[in-house]
Amino acid sequence: MSGQTTPRTDGWTPSERELQRRDVRRRQRTRRILLASGLTALVFVVLVVGIRSTPGWPRVRETFFDSFHARESFDAILHGFWINVKLFLICQPLILVAGLAIALARKARSPWLVPVRALAVLYTDVVRGVPTILLIVLFAFGMPALDLQGLPIDPLFWCGVALVVSYSAYVAEVFRAGIDSIHPSQVQSAAALGLSRGQAMRFVVVPQAVRRVVPPLLNDFVSLQKDTALVSAAGALDALFAARNYANFNFNYTPIVVVAAFFVVITIPLARWCDWLQRRWMERERAGAL
Amino acid sequence: MSEPGTSPLLEVTDLRKTYGERVVLDDISLTVQRHDVVCLIGSSGSGKSTLLRCLNLLEQVDDGVIRLDGEEITDPGIDPGEVRKRVGMVFQAYNLFPHLSVLANCTLAPVRVHGTPRAEAEQRARELLAQFGLEEHVDKHPDRLSGGQQQRVALVRALCTQPELLLLDEITAALDPELVGDVLTIVRDLAERGTTMVLATHEMGFAREVASTVCFLDGGRILEQGPPAQLLVEPREERTRQFLRRVLPPQG
Repeated sequence: MSGQTTPRTDGWTPSERELQRRDVRRRQRTRRILLASGLTALVFVVLVVGIRSTPGWPRVRETFFDSFHARESFDAILHGFWINVKLFLICQPLILVAGLAIALARKARSPWLVPVRALAVLYTDVVRGVPTILLIVLFAFGMPALDLQGLPIDPLFWCGVALVVSYSAYVAEVFRAGIDSIHPSQVQSAAALGLSRGQAMRFVVVPQAVRRVVPPLLNDFVSLQKDTALVSAAGALDALFAARNYANFNFNYTPIVVVAAFFVVITIPLARWCDWLQRRWMERERAGAL
Repeated sequence: MSEPGTSPLLEVTDLRKTYGERVVLDDISLTVQRHDVVCLIGSSGSGKSTLLRCLNLLEQVDDGVIRLDGEEITDPGIDPGEVRKRVGMVFQAYNLFPHLSVLANCTLAPVRVHGTPRAEAEQRARELLAQFGLEEHVDKHPDRLSGGQQQRVALVRALCTQPELLLLDEITAALDPELVGDVLTIVRDLAERGTTMVLATHEMGFAREVASTVCFLDGGRILEQGPPAQLLVEPREERTRQFLRRVLPPQG
């Protein structure tokens, strides 16, 4: 702090004891890393050997893990998977916006907004109660059947609508839980600064709530990525549709496993990205906090 | 390594703590005998809180040695949990657990860490809470209480584990003057009963009254230490005089 104490600090060299301690800590760390790696390797070896030595293994491998069929079906699946990715990328931002809007509607206190609030409650209650696949079938087959002027009849479009409708209800509840978890003193201090209730929500409560609900949101989005496969039930030519097509034709289920691998591969980067984001927030906001 | 009772309860030698480039504590040496009350004074940012947090191993020190009852607790092989079982700490912002009732806040550590039977822990907590005038709040949640009440609960929570050493980090700094008295009365009481304490404080009058030693921290170093009658009245260092002039009421 004050300039007068600096001279000696610059010439500091670690004491004998501190060097010893660093040495011990280094050894402790090495020991922990060795133990962790050794254990992990052991567990995996046991698992692999155990599975491969079961009597049914060759048949399982032939049916589910056949490299020939994997290669043969790969292109069709990749082509179909693009539909899943597109659907996900378009639906995700819409769901975020809709979910937050519904959550805010439920938290609104103005008398003018009471009907909106009632609608929001009704919406989440009803939509969350209906199975997603049912919504997809309802929208994808039902809406085009209405033959309404000006609305697309592409089943894929209606699948997207169904996913947005279904997931916005879940995401709204996640946001609402996040908003409720912010301590009332935050709203009070915002009010004390003269911010209106809406401003307090927008600038103080929601930003904190969003940080807090990132893990459950991620959970919902991984789930959404997977549920894009439900559109194959509506006849959209996605990855699962392509794989099932191939499987039914060749009596081999390897392509289904390939699709599964595709989904796993795209969910992992999202999870890592969210981890990174959260760590950054935490480092910035909690540094040195008691 | 030495017999309990013969060595000082707490002995700090050449302690150093840095955050990156910034040196927060430098060359700190301090001895606390049993039944001592050591007051750390100094302006904000002088390192008082960090020193207390180092004593409780909440921070890893960068150099120097801390001994508790003759045993080096800065040794990497030591279990911090074992040290913290013997040392209580109270924070400036109370840090009570909002999801637990007052009683549950006070019995958590005795039951889960010290293995005290629940009935016994609850009885002791109730007695202490009653002693500090909190009997009617036993089943409430902390957020229902006033700041002074919360801080008293935090003190009781720390005392419930019967620590050998109590660390108090500016525990009255967040309270209004009326409530400060309540909390300080308790600390004075503890001091009279012989509780060993190290406390960071801005209450100079209080420090003069209860401290056996006062340490003046400046820029991360103990610039001067001594009995309150000497340090607070006729300090050796000019820097200490400056500080005292600023914080003491101007009656001389």
